[in-house]
Amino acid sequence: MLSVRDLSVEYAIERGTVRAVDDVSFDLDPGEFIGIVGESGCGKSTLLFAIAQLLVPPAAIVGGGVVFKGQSMVGLTDKQLAAVRWKDLSVVMQSAMNALNPVKSIGAQFKDAMRAHGVSSKEQIADRSAEVLRMVGIDAVHLTSYPHQLSGGMRQRSMIAMAMLLTPELVIMDEPTSALDVVAQRSLMVQIKELQEQLGFAVIFVTHDMSLVSHFSDRLMVMYAGQVAELGATREVFDNSRHPYTIGLTEAFPSIRGPKVPLTGIPGSPPNLASPPPGCRFAPRCPKVMARCLEEPPELYHVTGTLVRCFLHADGGADHD
Amino acid sequence: MTDADLRDAAASPADAAAPLLRTDALTRHFRIGSALSRHMLHAVDEVSISVGERQIVALAGESGSGKSTIARLLAKLYQPTSGEIYFQGRPLSSIRSRGDVLRYRGDVPMVFQDPFASINPVFRVSHGVIRGLRLHRGDLSSAQRRAEAERVFEAVGLTPAAEVLQRFPHELSGGQRQRVGFAQALALRPKLILADEPVSMLDVSIRIGLLNLMAQLRDEQGVSILYITHDLASARYVADRLIIMYAGRVAEQGPTEQLLSSPRHPYTQLMLSAVPDPRAELSVGAETDRGEPPRVIDPAPGCRFRWRCPLAIDECHHVTPELTELAPQHDAACHVARSGQEVRAF
Repeated sequence: MLSVRDLSVEYAIERGTVRAVDDVSFDLDPGEFIGIVGESGCGKSTLLFAIAQLLVPPAAIVGGGVVFKGQSMVGLTDKQLAAVRWKDLSVVMQSAMNALNPVKSIGAQFKDAMRAHGVSSKEQIADRSAEVLRMVGIDAVHLTSYPHQLSGGMRQRSMIAMAMLLTPELVIMDEPTSALDVVAQRSLMVQIKELQEQLGFAVIFVTHDMSLVSHFSDRLMVMYAGQVAELGATREVFDNSRHPYTIGLTEAFPSIRGPKVPLTGIPGSPPNLASPPPGCRFAPRCPKVMARCLEEPPELYHVTGTLVRCFLHADGGADHD
Repeated sequence: MTDADLRDAAASPADAAAPLLRTDALTRHFRIGSALSRHMLHAVDEVSISVGERQIVALAGESGSGKSTIARLLAKLYQPTSGEIYFQGRPLSSIRSRGDVLRYRGDVPMVFQDPFASINPVFRVSHGVIRGLRLHRGDLSSAQRRAEAERVFEAVGLTPAAEVLQRFPHELSGGQRQRVGFAQALALRPKLILADEPVSMLDVSIRIGLLNLMAQLRDEQGVSILYITHDLASARYVADRLIIMYAGRVAEQGPTEQLLSSPRHPYTQLMLSAVPDPRAELSVGAETDRGEPPRVIDPAPGCRFRWRCPLAIDECHHVTPELTELAPQHDAACHVARSGQEVRAF
């Protein structure tokens, strides 16, 4: 349904360019849930923006493409994009406080979105608005509420309800739960998963918190410094992490139930993308770095269904792409 | 009694077990709306907690539970509506003169949440440390200040200290900036550092380093830390004692490991069941609860968690539960738990 091929995005800066997304490829099937995780600055949000065609200068797609339902998204005019947005593809942003219009009621904002897509019957609008709001567990009386009258969790739920208005096939979410408390976060994740199973839309879920998606996503993509570090089935990526960065990430969380062990996190910080290291981008922080890693950049290697960008797994890469 | 007497008193063996800081029914209400409004938001209600010497105490709860208000009360940024704070046995309300306030702020400095907003971007990072030293430790010469700044930078792992001191904030990563925050606090030779969500804005791979730093400061420099967080897993990793706040009140407190392994308050159980843990099976307990925040504007008597609590009994609707010791040093404010019944709400 969605095919991202060799996608690269660059930001123009004073001196040259910064490649925030470098050669990222993945496919998404209808109804699939993919999690994209990484640290700040790893390009995960830029990737989302590129897929949804929301990039604004100085960022621009410089290579590769995005094909959604057989149509190339790159180069569409605003008018063509407007027809796709909300209807086929919705985006739920990180901060619902900023995404909702503070001077319009929730219902009025739902109405705007539906009318822009040709739904004009008042009755139909009212029915559907109440329906999607109930789907996310909010009483329909809140259609007349303004964003400031709702809690953070309810605002974020309303955004998800709005994304659901026109039953899109793909919902793109950028850290939708990061502003919420742990209980509200869990509740929202469970709800997103339920709706997804019920309505069958596909989800791209971006987060910095790997453990958050561990029970919800089908596949997991770990990004580092603009590139895919590891991509595979979620359980596999957790249980048999292969890239040293993924291993570092999974070991950076203190456990709430397991044995209490001293942790070290990952020393150092991500590279400056204006001048990335010549070899593997993770090499300066990698506990398993080899001479080769400092000189040539590793490709993505296939290891039993998982893609790993690490020379440690190059031998399993006879059919690497 | 003079300050010196108080210090001697605090140091005497008889008081060795006395906490470094304790609060007694600390309360802070805020007026909602216009100046004539009678609606009061009960941000902090009758909170009695303590922090011992060389102790990391985690204050955990959801946003709006009052944990940051407590930090600001302890930092003397807010005045309490009622109740009292005692630092080394001395009531904070008696600390009024400029010199005394300055000394208290040196003893109990604060580290803020946002390392990008809390350091002045136009000065080198040495500026904040040197300025703190000049203000709080006026007896030091310029060379001594420089040496002290290098010492604290090294203590927080910013090495080579002499070189890092010369950098500008934008040249440092978020984790390094937060270390600068701890170095600035450490330069004042503090007894207790108030750390308000010090790691929540940092990347996952860097957080652990800061948590380890906090433990190291406790072990090597002997400071206590009040660690304010919403992240129970990090509290478990670093804190000796844990205090769970709900809607402005203490729901439960006790030694961290014991509290988390046998939580008595239904809210603690709810929070625990909602923590994402890839190593564990998905627990279903928290699914039914939406995590809606409690209303704390003009609250009526009764347990503030009762609307979300599956175990609520009649008493919970009329009587506010008091903190009761249910196991050694382990208290919970729950009528059901106090009745001796086993609480398994989530």
